[in-house]
Amino acid sequence: MEKIFRNLSLSSASLVFIILIGIFITLFLASKDAINEFGIGFITNPNWNKEISIEIDAKSSNETIKNSKVNEIEDFNLESDLFSDEDDIMIDDEDDIIIDEDDMLFNEDIKTTFTDYGALVPIVGTILTTLIALIFALPIAMGIAVFLSEIAPKNIAYPIGIAIELLAAIPSIIFGMWGLYYFAPIIADLVGGYQVSLLTAGLVLGVMILPFMAAITRDSMNTTPDVLKESAYAMGATKFEVIKDIIFPYSKVGIIGSIILALGRALGETMAVAFLIGSIFALPTAINSPTISIPVAMANNFGEASGLGESSLFYLALILFVISFTIISIAKLYFLKKAS
Amino acid sequence: MPVMNIKDFSFTYPGVDHPSLKNINMKIRKNKITALIGPSGCGKSTLLRSMNRIHDLYPGNKYDGIIELLKADTQKMENILDIKKENEFIQLRQRVGMIFQKPTPFPMSIFDNVAYGLKIAGIKDKSELEGRVEKALKDGALWKEVQDRLNKSAMGLSGGQQQRLCIARAVAVKPEVILFDEPTSALDPISTGAIEELLVELKKDVSIAIVTHNMQQASRISDYTAFMYLGDLIEFDKTENIFLNPKEKQTEDYITGRFG
Ligand SMILES: Nc1ncnc2c1ncn2[C@@H]1O[C@H](COP(=O)(O)OP(=O)(O)OP(=O)(O)O)[C@@H](O)[C@H]1O
Ligand SMILES: [Mg+2]
Repeated sequence: MEKIFRNLSLSSASLVFIILIGIFITLFLASKDAINEFGIGFITNPNWNKEISIEIDAKSSNETIKNSKVNEIEDFNLESDLFSDEDDIMIDDEDDIIIDEDDMLFNEDIKTTFTDYGALVPIVGTILTTLIALIFALPIAMGIAVFLSEIAPKNIAYPIGIAIELLAAIPSIIFGMWGLYYFAPIIADLVGGYQVSLLTAGLVLGVMILPFMAAITRDSMNTTPDVLKESAYAMGATKFEVIKDIIFPYSKVGIIGSIILALGRALGETMAVAFLIGSIFALPTAINSPTISIPVAMANNFGEASGLGESSLFYLALILFVISFTIISIAKLYFLKKAS
Repeated sequence: MPVMNIKDFSFTYPGVDHPSLKNINMKIRKNKITALIGPSGCGKSTLLRSMNRIHDLYPGNKYDGIIELLKADTQKMENILDIKKENEFIQLRQRVGMIFQKPTPFPMSIFDNVAYGLKIAGIKDKSELEGRVEKALKDGALWKEVQDRLNKSAMGLSGGQQQRLCIARAVAVKPEVILFDEPTSALDPISTGAIEELLVELKKDVSIAIVTHNMQQASRISDYTAFMYLGDLIEFDKTENIFLNPKEKQTEDYITGRFG
């Protein structure tokens, strides 16, 4: 009986490993074509679904490498729902390019094209949105946690605590819609530029991770023993000094843990960011310019992707997996080190 | 000479309909050790925590009566129950320090622990800090054991060492009174002995009030003893009188262990 139970629990434990390794292998196999094609340079390549024409006949001197902007047409179309006022510009673009392509098709029959894929834009987008979210959410979350655990009287701290937990339970698509319809216009008024941008996506992402960070930080601050705080007060410390010198150092591990969890969530968030980031494969030139993140790139492009494009999406997924996995592992190692 | 004088003092916790301390009258005398004894729940900690108003970290307590503290420069007694402003509370707690049952090292180095009270009191000069930390650690009978690891975390010390660290930390700010709430009840006999010696040594510089459940400890180190029961002060006198010929029957029963 005991043996059965042990084997049962052992196999359910190893299932976790099998799933983990299975996901990794699947991602790896599916992205193999892209890995072979682009290698590690994939990470630093800013192109995505960009056709590069390769000159075969050296004599045709007027034919230089031409880039058609096929992918950008697609992306702008996606976007044009969001920017109805920019529709005409898009159409102009499209016309240009169609003519371009016609030229190519009719005048050059020796030309071949090759579609280039690179992860730089989504990687940069993911990292920057996460960074903006963190920079925005961290101080506010700390403020909320200090208020709830040290300053607010119990009858106020309780309902606010509940509200924070409810905020954490809101599905991300609702944050995305709210962000797009109410938050983005405000940001655009304040900062200028596009409504959908790195900044809007980062800030809404910040609002989403805020409750996690605040709740976990509050909980770990609450574990500071009363007698420790009392003995600091008994030395003549002010409330501010007790928070700074006793409570923060004491709950440091919990705070770092909350940051890492929030990071994990922000890195992988898809829905809310898809609404707000603009979904353009272009490196952001300013904090308020639209771009794309890894999960959004995957969600938007899997439908019509095939061949090398599909494989490149898997390569992207692999990169996201590695980034997230690294962060969680660092967190675990850190906690283990602290605990021992 | 008294440094603290408690007159007709009553104390009620928030949400409790009866006072936990009733009409307490006693004195803490200068450079003496005053022990508070009595069965669990009689109000010893409550009384001690009134003497630096650490109760006020939590709202809604009710104080009645007077607790006077001697102001060193003017030699006048001032009622600490009148204090309302935060900076007055800070001054009070710098003058009346407190040591708890469990050692409470702060999450920082040994040096920073002892320097903490000095730093928040505004002392920044490095050599002055170093000098006073060394002096306090010597006063706390801990210097020899920690002098070569001052920058290590205080969490790595043993329980007894941590408690002496807390005493050194309290001594460093040169308080007039230090309140001890069962400072040895979490320690082994050897650490307890070290701290008892330390207290007797310290009373040259500070006046001490100590809550203890250990009768021998009270009789060994204290000069005055107060016996409390159910929120009342039953008897307060020189320690030898309390232990050798108590006036009250309840006191005698308690110290002889015949208490119900
Ligand atoms: N925060 C509080 N709120 C309400 N009542 C309290 C509170 N703290 C203590 N009391 C009550 O006040 C009375 C005195 O408690 P106190 O802690 O002063 O006893 P004590 O003599 O120190 O006991 P012990 O020897 O067990 O430490 C007890 O009846 C206790 O239940
Ligand atoms: Mg007590």
